[in-house]
Amino acid sequence: MSEPLASPASPDSLIFGRLGWDAIPFHEPILIATFAGVALGGLLVLALLTKFRLWGPLWRDWITSIDHKKIGIMYIILGLVMLLRGFADALMMRAQQAVAFGEVLGPLPPHHYDQIFTAHGVIMIFFVAMPLVTGFMNYVVPLQIGARDVAFPFLNNFSFWMTVGGAVLVMMSLFVGEFARTGWLAYPPLSGILASPGVGVDYYLWSLQVAGVGTTLSGINLIATIVKMRAPGMGLMKMPVFTWTSLCTNVLIVVSFPILTAVLALLSLDRYVGTNFFTTELGGNAMMYVNLIWIWGHPEVYILVLPVFGIFSEVVSTFSKKKLFGYASMVYATVVITILSYLVWLHHFFTMGSGASVNSFFGITTMIISIPTGAKIFNWLFTMYRGRIQFEVPMLWTVGFMITFVIGGMTGVLLAVPPADFVLHNSLFLIAHFHNVIIGGVLFGLMAGITYWFPKAFGYKLDPFWGKCSFWFWFVGFYFAFMPLYVLGLMGVTRRMSHFEDPSLQIWFQIAAFGAVLIALGIGSFLVQLVVSFLKRDQLRDVTGDPWDGRTLEWSTSSPPPNYNFAFTPVVHEQDAWYDMKKRGAKRPLEKFVDIHMPKNTGAGVVIAGLATLMGFALIWHMWLVAGLSFAAVVIASIVHTFNYHRDYYIKADEVSRTEAARTKALAAI
Amino acid sequence: MSSAILSPDQPPQFYDSGDHHPKQGTLLGFWLYLMSDCLIFAVLFAVYAVLGRSYAAGPSGADLFDLPLVAVNTAFLLFSSITYGFAMIAMQHQRKSQVLTWLAITGLFGAAFLGLELYEFHHLIHEGAGPQRSAFLSSFFTLVGTHGLHVTFGIIWLVTLMVQVGKLGLTTENKRRLMCLSMFWHFLDVVWIGVFTFVYLMGVLP
Repeated sequence: MSEPLASPASPDSLIFGRLGWDAIPFHEPILIATFAGVALGGLLVLALLTKFRLWGPLWRDWITSIDHKKIGIMYIILGLVMLLRGFADALMMRAQQAVAFGEVLGPLPPHHYDQIFTAHGVIMIFFVAMPLVTGFMNYVVPLQIGARDVAFPFLNNFSFWMTVGGAVLVMMSLFVGEFARTGWLAYPPLSGILASPGVGVDYYLWSLQVAGVGTTLSGINLIATIVKMRAPGMGLMKMPVFTWTSLCTNVLIVVSFPILTAVLALLSLDRYVGTNFFTTELGGNAMMYVNLIWIWGHPEVYILVLPVFGIFSEVVSTFSKKKLFGYASMVYATVVITILSYLVWLHHFFTMGSGASVNSFFGITTMIISIPTGAKIFNWLFTMYRGRIQFEVPMLWTVGFMITFVIGGMTGVLLAVPPADFVLHNSLFLIAHFHNVIIGGVLFGLMAGITYWFPKAFGYKLDPFWGKCSFWFWFVGFYFAFMPLYVLGLMGVTRRMSHFEDPSLQIWFQIAAFGAVLIALGIGSFLVQLVVSFLKRDQLRDVTGDPWDGRTLEWSTSSPPPNYNFAFTPVVHEQDAWYDMKKRGAKRPLEKFVDIHMPKNTGAGVVIAGLATLMGFALIWHMWLVAGLSFAAVVIASIVHTFNYHRDYYIKADEVSRTEAARTKALAAI
Repeated sequence: MSSAILSPDQPPQFYDSGDHHPKQGTLLGFWLYLMSDCLIFAVLFAVYAVLGRSYAAGPSGADLFDLPLVAVNTAFLLFSSITYGFAMIAMQHQRKSQVLTWLAITGLFGAAFLGLELYEFHHLIHEGAGPQRSAFLSSFFTLVGTHGLHVTFGIIWLVTLMVQVGKLGLTTENKRRLMCLSMFWHFLDVVWIGVFTFVYLMGVLP
């Protein structure tokens, strides 16, 4: 390792680094066509924005907005856009594996296929599930606790734009250079500079680093919000369950993302400076990377699923018209899962060879984690028991989840048995297992959440017919797509293969591909649902702000809520505060409004995040001058921002009074 | 308030009168940030624990470390924590010029610490014991260097705050910022004690 940096044929230029025209994939017709489509679509959007003079409103009301509701919505839009990209990758993989047998090599060459499965994993976890989950926490938590915004509104905007920056880098890798071919966790030595000298792994590293800063800061922000900003009377054991699960999730974020940051930084040093952390020479230890990244990676699973458990709790209770069964046990189960999620990471690499006693310890802790999870399932079932269940769309997703997630959980317990894991490790059984819990758990929950809170955010419900179509396509499609993978995994088929020899396996892959088509119809139905609901918004309108007869405080305000959320802060006496208020006849205050103190919008977040993204891009391409300048610019812009002491303003009492009077009038007209 | 709410003869109050203000969360938030940073250091310490004796037939800590130099360096950092403490006492008495003086002294100690550290790094690399030489040296440079990077940002922040205090005085916001930097500065001190003990003192053991 005397020459640590990859030495390309020509010396890097100071400004453009190793970026040249050869980085653009002119010889890949699929990519060029995709790029042309994206570019034309982008130009169309820009033209429409200009034509309808939307640049000003977009900048003032959204991009620079520090309103937690708008940031939440932007996070969810980001997640949904990236879902389309991640799912396109999934379709390509299913198509390839359905045809690539024997003589037929399939449409995708291996180097391309490897990028696709890496991008699929990275995008689905970091840029679909994380933004959607963070979006819900941002939108719902302040409303549920009776607050007017999060603790650090500017930081919230900055976090969002950092997440976007990471997503932009991943998307860029499609057309400029390449993405990693290492799998979504980029294990060394494969991801080291010797085996992966190109820009793919660097795109991976810097997109995750940029987005990771945003995630960590948003975790800190939401903890401080939940701890400090609850409405008077809302003790910890009176918090809505979604807020509880959000609190635990954000604790997990703050204690796990720094580990990801550190381990990716070490891999970057190996690649950029020539250190020997994870190399196979001069004392490096590649297994340490696997160990460290899973100390982040396992809590990450619970970061995704805990908030979704919260969503299910809200949905089950609302649509069963009952208080949630076993509130306290739900809270304790959540906290226990939070702690246990730190004691199981080694089950991701039982085959490392750490010995029987270590494997037994982690096998047992893994099995124990299914106990609090099982308790939650029973709580939801008992909430439904003797409830007046309304099978609205969110409830369909919830019941679908309870069936599917239990199957996924049981295959998980199976994998937790170390001897079984030695057989099933790295097989399609594992792939089927984690898609079973992530689709059946996280995704179903997010869809339930979108349907449940959409009327709160936009003032009209989503069209139920297309919602049901979406649910049934997803639900049936999931079973068609992943049950065959369990079978294949038990037969010993390993993951990440772009070609097979044994023709008897093909039928299973064809069934799986059919399932993927059904899921595509499910996603299509969801998009149709958004359009149809928008067109039928007058029919679907909800003026009450409480379309489902909800139980928590977010339903006590108008839909969409005014930017100050609550004209007067609610005072909480019971769990299910809004249900309590309705039951005891709380009257909405109609007079004596006062000025409301609010944070001011700022463009600093998007500017600093943009500069950080530029720095990431420059580092990927070894543009040292640009990287240095953009780093300096990040520091300077941050310092300049601290000189801004005028970060707040007052909404005047008469404006509040006008807004509330309009709502009073609308309510009276029902 | 809660007794008034629970009294049976009064109807319960469901909205406040508009005088409720949420508590300030900055210090808690900053403390949470420090704990996340602490985890980054935890990873680097753990990595050093694993790789700290992987010399790859190169020099060991016993060969390289110059303990008297590191002792002086440690003294600089510890003194800077004390002087920062004096700045905070002055802040509580609203003595702006004293605050600025103590902050300046703190910054100078920090800069002296950094200067010595850079000298040490330069010396090691010059001797052929750079971060590429062995896994031990990779983890050494990364752990100590990350701490040094934090001190660098601390100094930049300190200078920024001196300008802000100089311009606007000891306002509530500026005091809050000084308290955050105080936590940051002492945190770096604590981490350094770990580095000094774990890397240098234990590193020179055979």
